[in-house]
Amino acid sequence: MKNKKRMMTWFELLRTFLAVGIAVGFAVVIIFLVSGQPLEAMYKFFVTPLISFRYLANIIELMTPLLFTGLAVTFILQTKVYNLAVEGMFYAGGLAAAMAATLIKMDSGLHAVLALLAGLAAGAVIAFLPAILKLKFEANEIVSSLMLNYILFYIGDFILKTYMKDPKSTHVASLKFAETARLFEFTKGIHFGLVIAVVLIVAAWLFLYRTRWGYALRMCGENKNFAQYSGIGVMGTILLSQMIGGAIAGLGGAVYMMGSQQRFNWEWRSGYGWDGLIIAIIARNNPKLVPIGAFLLAYLRIGSDIMSRGTDVQNEVVSIIQGVIIILIAATGFLSDYKKKLTVKMIRSAAKED
Amino acid sequence: MKVLEIVTSISFLFSIIRMTTPILYASMSYMVADLAGTANIGIEGMMLTCALIGVVASAAMGGNAFLGLIVALAVGALLGILMCFIVSKLKTDPTITGIAYNLTAAGGTVFLLFLAVGEKGISSSLASGVLPQVEIPLIKEIPYIGAAVSGHNVLTYVAVLLVFVLSVFLYKTSLGLHIRSCGENPEALESVGIHVLKVRYIALALSGMLAAMGGVYMSMGYVSYFVKDMTAGRGFIAIAAASLGGNKPIPMLIVCLLFGIADAFAVNPGTQNMGIPTELVSTIPYIVTVIVLVIYSYKKMKDRKKAASA
Repeated sequence: MKNKKRMMTWFELLRTFLAVGIAVGFAVVIIFLVSGQPLEAMYKFFVTPLISFRYLANIIELMTPLLFTGLAVTFILQTKVYNLAVEGMFYAGGLAAAMAATLIKMDSGLHAVLALLAGLAAGAVIAFLPAILKLKFEANEIVSSLMLNYILFYIGDFILKTYMKDPKSTHVASLKFAETARLFEFTKGIHFGLVIAVVLIVAAWLFLYRTRWGYALRMCGENKNFAQYSGIGVMGTILLSQMIGGAIAGLGGAVYMMGSQQRFNWEWRSGYGWDGLIIAIIARNNPKLVPIGAFLLAYLRIGSDIMSRGTDVQNEVVSIIQGVIIILIAATGFLSDYKKKLTVKMIRSAAKED
Repeated sequence: MKVLEIVTSISFLFSIIRMTTPILYASMSYMVADLAGTANIGIEGMMLTCALIGVVASAAMGGNAFLGLIVALAVGALLGILMCFIVSKLKTDPTITGIAYNLTAAGGTVFLLFLAVGEKGISSSLASGVLPQVEIPLIKEIPYIGAAVSGHNVLTYVAVLLVFVLSVFLYKTSLGLHIRSCGENPEALESVGIHVLKVRYIALALSGMLAAMGGVYMSMGYVSYFVKDMTAGRGFIAIAAASLGGNKPIPMLIVCLLFGIADAFAVNPGTQNMGIPTELVSTIPYIVTVIVLVIYSYKKMKDRKKAASA
């Protein structure tokens, strides 16, 4: 049994490495095709971010919101509800926190806590909507959650322009956040939000793998009927997983606003919600692996930005790498022959030992 | 009543048809794939990709819009075939595959756009063609209706034509039957000696081509250039339209018209000046989609439960 577990871990590791390798291979081919300076571009893309302290700090800064959204999606996909409004949850969380940080006056500390809670609540409410529509009315959650994203962006835009706009600012941006609602910054770009993210990841892992509710939650995703027969309230559990995910995503939006931004000025979207989906797929919905997925994505993003600033290759090449990674990691048929061989070999060796 | 004035104006009726066209293509695209057993969530990305490919190819061939369309159709078919390979051979979950398509297309089109014109927002500096508008000889003369129905882009009429072609193709021909069996009962299809995978490849290639036509309509009909993210969720609204239409072409056309009305309302300059903030008016198509989806799903669920208890 232990052997089997070890083999599966090894196999999944191999698959992830191969998927990332193939995806990077695609990018290398594209860079050679489009660039007049391919070697320099690749050096800037893959090496530069790792050898400078400043760029490593950038990676950690970018990882902070990604840890939140990645963790959020591990909860949301855990119960197999394709609630794709994570982008909207993150946005709503940021908006709610920004409202609390600009429209309310309070004492230091308390103000920040209030803004964080506002973001958390906003995210949970948004996550609740597509889930309840699916559970109560069987409305396709993919459609309703995607529509919700658009609705939220427009409503957010409306709120920003009507209630929060700084009349002195030349472009559309909110008033400056109150100092009392800002998160403590360790060094430039790395703020207290990182601590919150790490604590949440540990807590989430303990919750999912060491508590009864966590077990119920995972069971609802793996085998709904079995969960039902063993007396788990399936509907409540699914709602819980969605709302925990939403709360984390909303909190992430709030943390991002209060830690990394001075004003709310998202005219459109951040993309971090979708990034969370990519990370959760890389992490196979396990909180423990979310930091690895977040690091990989942040590293590719920072590297591609350096490349596009210094050479003729644009940073959107990353989206091709992401697409290939998602498809290959989620591909259960990818390397399945090899997996079969490994299993047969293991059974044979086990039989010999007997 | 200002609203009444707006909705009865010829320009409003004209714009309903104009707004319905891309949703209709996307819905037909989803319908064909879904009937064959693959829920294609990646239509949004396919449309966006082909919208750009059409513009770039047409500009590369001296502004010939028709050649642009042909290239986009070929790319659409390839994207469909690739999706079928990923879902059937690599066994990636179709939803995740669709999401991967959409994410890759959102960034990939910007990458390609930059290669083509050296900027990341809009392709207007490319001399790409536009597919012609068609005046329908007799209908044009009908007062009121004529002005709203005639003079649309050729792809609009092709879309309506395709609704009827698809009704016949999917429900009256043997290949159509095979495509539907692919989704409903693939084992039975295999047992009578039909190669299920082959049928599925054909269906997804068709789905990709229909999405391509929707995309080309956006960039070479609706407007004459490509803009980043120009499909604006139409590929997703189409999923709702196809399921609401029960994957049947003619009911689907009616649902698409409903969404077209919502869209036309949102972009109408009259409604934009009615004192309602434009941002809130823009949410109308999306809110309508959710409401209609919920009502329809709820009704379907109740019917099913009633049938089960009877």
